[in-house]
Amino acid sequence: MSDWPRVRLHVVTGKGGTGKTTVAAALALGLARGGRQVLLCEVEGRQGIARLFDVEPLPYEERLLAVAPGGGEVRALAIDAEAALLEYLDMYYRLGRAGRALDRFGVIDFATTIAPGVRDVLLSGKVFEAYRRRARDGHPVYDHVVLDAPPTGRIPRFLNVNAEVAGIAKVGPIRKQADSIMQVLQSRGTAVHLVTLLEDMPVQETADAIGELTAAELPVGGVVVNQARSTPLTATTRKAVAAGTMNADELVPALEQAGLDRLDTSTSTVAQQLLSGATDHVHRLDLEERLMDEVDGLERPVYRLPQLGEGIDLAALYELADALCEQGMA
Amino acid sequence: MNARRREPAGQRRSRGHSSPPRGSASTRSTAPVPFDVDQLIDDPGTRIIVCCGSGGVGKTTTAAALGLRAAERGRSVVVLTIDPARRLAQALGLDELDNIPRPVAGSDGAGRLDAMMLDMKRTFDEVVEGHANPVKAQQILENPFYVALSSSFAGTQEYMAMEKLGQLHAQTEAEASWDLIIVDTPPSRSALDFLDAPEHLASLLDGRFVRMLLAPARGPARLLSVGLGVVTSALNKVLGAQVLTDMQTFIAACDTLFGGFRQRAEATYALLQASGTAFVVVATPEPDALREATYFVERLGSEHMPLAGLVVNRVQAEAVPAVSASAAERAAQQLVDQTGEEHEAAAGLLLIQAERARQRQRQDRLRKGFAGAHPEVPTVGVVALAGDVHDLDGLRQVGDLLAAG
Repeated sequence: MSDWPRVRLHVVTGKGGTGKTTVAAALALGLARGGRQVLLCEVEGRQGIARLFDVEPLPYEERLLAVAPGGGEVRALAIDAEAALLEYLDMYYRLGRAGRALDRFGVIDFATTIAPGVRDVLLSGKVFEAYRRRARDGHPVYDHVVLDAPPTGRIPRFLNVNAEVAGIAKVGPIRKQADSIMQVLQSRGTAVHLVTLLEDMPVQETADAIGELTAAELPVGGVVVNQARSTPLTATTRKAVAAGTMNADELVPALEQAGLDRLDTSTSTVAQQLLSGATDHVHRLDLEERLMDEVDGLERPVYRLPQLGEGIDLAALYELADALCEQGMA
Repeated sequence: MNARRREPAGQRRSRGHSSPPRGSASTRSTAPVPFDVDQLIDDPGTRIIVCCGSGGVGKTTTAAALGLRAAERGRSVVVLTIDPARRLAQALGLDELDNIPRPVAGSDGAGRLDAMMLDMKRTFDEVVEGHANPVKAQQILENPFYVALSSSFAGTQEYMAMEKLGQLHAQTEAEASWDLIIVDTPPSRSALDFLDAPEHLASLLDGRFVRMLLAPARGPARLLSVGLGVVTSALNKVLGAQVLTDMQTFIAACDTLFGGFRQRAEATYALLQASGTAFVVVATPEPDALREATYFVERLGSEHMPLAGLVVNRVQAEAVPAVSASAAERAAQQLVDQTGEEHEAAAGLLLIQAERARQRQRQDRLRKGFAGAHPEVPTVGVVALAGDVHDLDGLRQVGDLLAAG
């Protein structure tokens, strides 16, 4: 059973380098289980999804990306502000010709650069359109929409589209569009999930972002702790390493037993190096545990994803999707 | 291959005039050239160092560590940071956001270290105030478009970082206050944004559309083309008339500014290409970060901007070089099979080694991929520290690691 039964729009953010695209993709795969239709979107022109899945760069078009057990499908869409504006103009104003004229005169580039709020409205507007789209039978086309969103530093501004355009457009269609997007973003159908590593800066940024999102009345979802370290050490060994009471010489008989006494490096040197590697490992575990306490203190549902030694490929994504399903995120 | 991407180590001062590196056949088979950081910061000819790379790779820390090290080796340094972590900012005495450099307390040695954090809006306001008369400046500062543009992150931060760099540079020329400026670059969507943002903004502001919008304000209606009619009515429909009026007022108000935009962007470009400038590309041994680094290196080459080297942060330390990942794993398994719990401590330590060695192997493979494409780029790896750097001692330690290679 998912922790987010009412949520259909999952916004995934996190500090740069924490793996938010990976988590967004794994979440999309997890949500697609059991025959669901999921759309995975990106808005920053980075083509992060295409790289992750090792496919050709995504066009402004919903493309089948992966399938999930039980007939589910994940489609992907790279949203581009200019294409979204032209589509919007055409759909709502039938401005085919004038729309292209705007483009030719550089108006779209101008407007989206000089008024970034407008740009954000266009980007989130497309997400909003996919979220609300219905098939002939009245059911939503997508059971879930997952947005690989801008990083935490930009997320409150990006999602708070209302405030962004309020200074520029007090009335008029852009304003109306912003208002309806805001309604969906602030509803219980949306959750903004935050991805973090167990490192000082990402955890700090996660806490800051939760504060800012809450202030903007945007629904904060779960915190995904990515690349969490595990340890092969028993509690006793860990304590001895941390306290510095383990002697490298004690390890020599074990290394001899394991056949590591026939290397170019002497057994006692290997023992010392192993011990120093383990000391570093234990320091990091301590640090991660302290930061994990901070994450728990944020009082949001927490999901942990393991560190995968071999890097991220499709198999790894399915593995992470499994972990998210087991923990109740999807 | 563009030979200007790098000059051979030891000839770095002849930047821009040296012949292409020879003997590419031999460089292909050897390890990447080591990046001699001390040579770079000790060289009085190095006047500007730009640290760039994708988000979350440790650019700010690298910039601050280079600044502290250079100052403690005798240079007079100013570090311009964009968005430092709170505790690092405190360590650098950057609690006050007044947009001018302040001395950093606690740096030792002959040199001097100042630091500042970029205040994007303030820098932009100053540009406006410096280029328009007070009445016009006020009009611009109050316009909603100006407010949106000057406080947003899309491109403005990059542009203002370059603007501030230009100001600091002018100041060093005029007052001989610093002899080395180190700039951190904004956490952009891509590492290349800060190179493109100034030009982008400049081309927008003196582009066709702006000239067109200004035309009615300037004179006869004969300039109104059919195209403009279509465009303005479309804009009115979508944005509402008030928005267009605001936009026109804004553009008319900063008309005087616009001529200057392109000129300033060009001046910044020239400064970045100058022989006293050195780019340090920062990455981590991860696919995305190294891919961005590759783009950046190629871009610097095509823009004739001088690349000093690549810093790879957060490298997994090699604890036990003699024992490979698979050997460590086998040995641990053997201990458990043969002796049960007797040697569980040793088995645990071996498994840690297995994991670390595997990480390291993966990182080495990724770094080799970069070096294979760009063997001429001097590179230094900095091993991962257990915690974040948030004081001068930590920065010193990073500086030592940078210099030790």
